[in-house]
Amino acid sequence: MSTFLGMPTVRPHPADPPGAPLRWGPSFPEAAHQTLRDEQLRANLRTATRTIRDKRRRVTAELGDWEQLRDAGAAIKADVMARLPELLTELEANVTAHGGVVHWARDAAEANAVVTEIVRAAGAREVVKVKSMATQEIGLNDALAAAGIDAVETDLAERIVQLAGDMPSHILVPAIHRNRAEIQEIFTHRMGDAPAGLSDEPRELAMAARAHLRARFLRAEVAISGANMAIAETGTVAVVESEGNGRMCLTLPRVLVTVMGIEKVLPTFTDLEVFLQLLPRSSTGERMNPYTSMWTGVTPGDGPSEFHLVLLDNGRTRALADELGRPALHCIRCSACLNVCPVYEHTGGHAYGSVYPGPIGAILTPQLLGLGEEGGPFGAHDPTGSLPFASTLCGACYEACPVKIDIPSALVHLRERSLHPDGGHPPTATDLAMVGAARVLASGRLLRLAGWAAALVGRATGGRPIHWLPWPGSLWTRVRDVPGLPRRSLSAWWRDRQGWSR
Amino acid sequence: MTGPTVREEMLARVRTALGPQPPAPAGVPRDYRRTGTLPRGSAEALDLLADRLEDYRATVVRSTDDVAAAVAALLADVDSVLVPDGVPEDWLTGLTGTVRDAPPLSHDQLDNVAAVLTTCRVAIAETGTVVLDGGPGQGRRALTLVPDRHVVVVLADQVVHAVPDAVAVLAAHPHRPLTWISGPSATSDIELVRVEGVHGPRDLRVVIVAAPTGGGTLTASRT
Repeated sequence: MSTFLGMPTVRPHPADPPGAPLRWGPSFPEAAHQTLRDEQLRANLRTATRTIRDKRRRVTAELGDWEQLRDAGAAIKADVMARLPELLTELEANVTAHGGVVHWARDAAEANAVVTEIVRAAGAREVVKVKSMATQEIGLNDALAAAGIDAVETDLAERIVQLAGDMPSHILVPAIHRNRAEIQEIFTHRMGDAPAGLSDEPRELAMAARAHLRARFLRAEVAISGANMAIAETGTVAVVESEGNGRMCLTLPRVLVTVMGIEKVLPTFTDLEVFLQLLPRSSTGERMNPYTSMWTGVTPGDGPSEFHLVLLDNGRTRALADELGRPALHCIRCSACLNVCPVYEHTGGHAYGSVYPGPIGAILTPQLLGLGEEGGPFGAHDPTGSLPFASTLCGACYEACPVKIDIPSALVHLRERSLHPDGGHPPTATDLAMVGAARVLASGRLLRLAGWAAALVGRATGGRPIHWLPWPGSLWTRVRDVPGLPRRSLSAWWRDRQGWSR
Repeated sequence: MTGPTVREEMLARVRTALGPQPPAPAGVPRDYRRTGTLPRGSAEALDLLADRLEDYRATVVRSTDDVAAAVAALLADVDSVLVPDGVPEDWLTGLTGTVRDAPPLSHDQLDNVAAVLTTCRVAIAETGTVVLDGGPGQGRRALTLVPDRHVVVVLADQVVHAVPDAVAVLAAHPHRPLTWISGPSATSDIELVRVEGVHGPRDLRVVIVAAPTGGGTLTASRT
């Protein structure tokens, strides 16, 4: 990255070079304190999430059977998890039968080694890439760079992120944290072949990217992609996209490598009729995305003559083992949950410290990394352990999810796993408070006494919110206010109102 | 290459994760619309397809019998038109500068062709989608990707209402390379402002043919 030196105008987001793709930052609250200060970021996010939310609402309302499609999608995914071993071997057999090569990779290092070896064998020093969460997750670009191979991201947003030295902050629109003026800066200083006098007009910026990437598409020997789904029954792999960079990568090079999480397999070709309705409408808010490509192995005389499918675990079997957390694997990466999340809208994706941000990231990342397992991360102050707490549990994500992942329930479950990795635990302050509350609420005498005490405090504080309490109350007031207490208890108020007439 | 041990270990991990009593395969409720309500090739289906394609900023031309004239008008301003094998010869009468993919053109040669003319396999009215499966008149995938203008002729009986209708048609040949096209290429990556025309053809023009024009070649793409 020596070409980046001496060009201080573009500052990468986040500023410090990140570590592991699933765990790069401080804990969520610490990172959020940073990102919340960035008013530009918050303004960008507000506009962007609102726009996409409205579009999604419009096109999902258009289909009278939207809820039935969601039910079918959820059931198909549950079925996939239940039959995963047989579906994976079926997929492997069908890809192989049609001339493809299937590889298995237990973790990021294995997957990166497999891909690097394929690229080396093809004799390529440069590869073109289709936007892919799986390859982000395993840090493939860095691994290729270490082997002297230049991986060129070809999705516009992904290219912006790559040129800026950023981490992605959204599953669908990784550069959502950058506005047009910033992108103009990034292109002007980092692209190398940006046209002189480039404006910040989105069309002009997109055309600059087209010109920048065209020659690379035409000369590429090897392409690397992810997969939105793969059909076990036929061996067919599908990639859903908008710009045509996907088609370029999937069609023009001689060698194609696809890295796919094992959970992306679908049983039958017919299942496409469900997911090709759910995904585009939930994701970009379009009736259909501009381009969807599907291929099965290799087709003589059409497209790559060599196809490799890398099946990736990298923590997925860990997630699968947790019955309550398992539905996180149903995710189709549409990003609808990010766009409706009040927490995401304010903090942005970088606060989550993982390539998977937002509500789905808050349940997926901890599970992929083995939250609460022996040797795994845990605790509310850990970068990964804090993620299940990055939520108000408002449920907007559950409502938006096209495959009905109950994210709020998974979050609650993972909070438990984060705080009490070994299952059983000594009673916490919350537990004790709950026991106390149960006693008080069960007794009229105690409740009256508590009401009287609360009213006393209410009168002393003038009914205003309380910002500070001594320990152990400080555990609460350090992060939030206690709402103002009333000057009279409800029962006292009721008694006066009724005048004890009955 | 990964040895059989990695494969076996991953499958074993999956089985272990599912536990000694793996969850029973779930039944899938399919009470969503399995077929569209508009009849295949109906005037309503054609109207809907035209409306949805125009919504994506594709150019739509309705034709009844003179496909050649419609095609010629859409390609009058270009000097080279790539024509894959299987496009009916009588559609080409008004064209000059036709180019064939025989022997197969290089990427750079394709990049110097202005436009491509194809048939399609099926079209989905509700989503404004045209699907190519490499059948007669559609060519290999690169042909409809590199040239900047794609003119595609859709015949009435190729137009279905909904996505499940199209998947049923395509299931006859699931192994063919499929390209689903819904408008020209587009991006919304900069402030979610939609910009039409990025890497794929920036200019998509669709001829919707309402009535059969006669001649057995028209149904060739539905083998």
